[in-house]
Amino acid sequence: MTPVPSPELFSADGMAGLIFLIMIGVTLAGGFIAATAERLVRALSGIVICFTGVAGFYYFLNSPFMAMMQILIYVGAICVTISFAIMLAAPEQQLKSSPSNLLSGPLGFMIAALIFGGMSALALTTEWQASPKTASGSVREIGIHLLTTYSMIFELISIVLLIAIIGAIVIARGGRN
Amino acid sequence: MSLTLFNVILAVFIAICFVGANAAYLVWCERKGAGLFQRRPGPMENGPWGLLQPPVDGVKLMTKQLLIPGGVDKAIFMVAPVLAMFPALISFVTIPFSDNIVAHPIDVGVLMIFAFAALGGMSLLVAGWGSRNKYSMISSVRAVSQTVAYEIPLMITTITIVMISGSLNLSDIVQTQLGGFWSWNIWPLQKQVGFNLLMPVSFLILFVCSVAETNRAPFDLGEAESELVAGFHTEYSSMGFGLFFMGEYANIVIGACLTVILFLGGWACPVGDLGFFPFTHHVGWFLLKIYLIIFVFIWIRWTFPRTTIYGLLNLSWKYLIPISLFNLLLTAGLLKVF
Repeated sequence: MTPVPSPELFSADGMAGLIFLIMIGVTLAGGFIAATAERLVRALSGIVICFTGVAGFYYFLNSPFMAMMQILIYVGAICVTISFAIMLAAPEQQLKSSPSNLLSGPLGFMIAALIFGGMSALALTTEWQASPKTASGSVREIGIHLLTTYSMIFELISIVLLIAIIGAIVIARGGRN
Repeated sequence: MSLTLFNVILAVFIAICFVGANAAYLVWCERKGAGLFQRRPGPMENGPWGLLQPPVDGVKLMTKQLLIPGGVDKAIFMVAPVLAMFPALISFVTIPFSDNIVAHPIDVGVLMIFAFAALGGMSLLVAGWGSRNKYSMISSVRAVSQTVAYEIPLMITTITIVMISGSLNLSDIVQTQLGGFWSWNIWPLQKQVGFNLLMPVSFLILFVCSVAETNRAPFDLGEAESELVAGFHTEYSSMGFGLFFMGEYANIVIGACLTVILFLGGWACPVGDLGFFPFTHHVGWFLLKIYLIIFVFIWIRWTFPRTTIYGLLNLSWKYLIPISLFNLLLTAGLLKVF
């Protein structure tokens, strides 16, 4: 494996690399905050930062549609829903419970370390080859694929969402007498 | 346009200046407008017609003490105003001010504005929670449920326009409406909208939603001062409050831009192509249109009393969403037929 020469900082590649590193930093920092925060709301803010970083990756990898969807759905919908859940369920700010069993203590740490080691070994030893570009990643391509190649999945997702909406209406109606 | 570092910095600088100047002088317009509608002069002491009022207010805001109350969740409290300001700024990247004045016309421009508007909703939630204050909390829950409710008809109406133009790029959406005011998307009897008689209705839906999305009266339940002190920014002072304020006015400008681009022809001249005035040709028309829309925002704010939270949510879920869904289906059908 020959090492790739690192580009100049003030060139197009260098700036792109810098932005890539910043995105990695944002994602990792968000994840770290989410995992270690004492309060649930701070953990949620961490998730928001993490998702924004991932959206940055998508944008960096030339699929702006995915990036915008990541922000719109994960930050705008899922995180807002989680925060409503936190507000409704835990009006007092609940502190993180201390690890009580073996699984969340040393054993969990060991498993995480093993997975990390395995993944790193895999990433470093594999001969990476750029896979051929299959589509341009534009909205048009995504739309065509969703309605032809993956139409089954698309329809299934619609049904799942429909069931979720009906379920929400049933639950909301049930409480109202 | 080449995307060099210099261009990027220049674009960001211009965007910040534009947002700042707008925030400052829209406040002046707002107060003058309030005066006009309530038969009083409005600001008039500082400078001619009170025109020096915004800089004086700015100095006052900046020199005030930035007070952080003892009980707040400090990190979250500090992040919220930044989170309110940043998405509003970023959305300006993709707004076409004319056929060549646009920072970066990305292909999913419409989606980008909605994505960052959703991020702005998050900031209200974070502000209310971080303040550790019952009024702020109630206000932020209200504001977010309102934002979520009005996002749906807003997006459905926008999908209608996207179907008509066949693009998510704001510049392309404007391109389909060139050639005089009769070819704007608001008029029902043209081939490009499939002779859809409901086009003015969907314009109205989009307009109501953009008023509600920017949390303005009569939909400003989030900062109903008669019930909730000042809503989610109760605990903020100095520039913390200033950032929320600027974010709000930036959002108003973006709402107006979106309305103009989707329905009123963007930078297109209302009477065909007038080649002889280079400035009034494109940017001038765009600015004229957005400030007209903003004038209507101000007019509405000082004319109608605040609604209730039930009335607000009912309006969205029971009327706007069904009508906009129906309009979406109708437009799809009509576009297929014609």
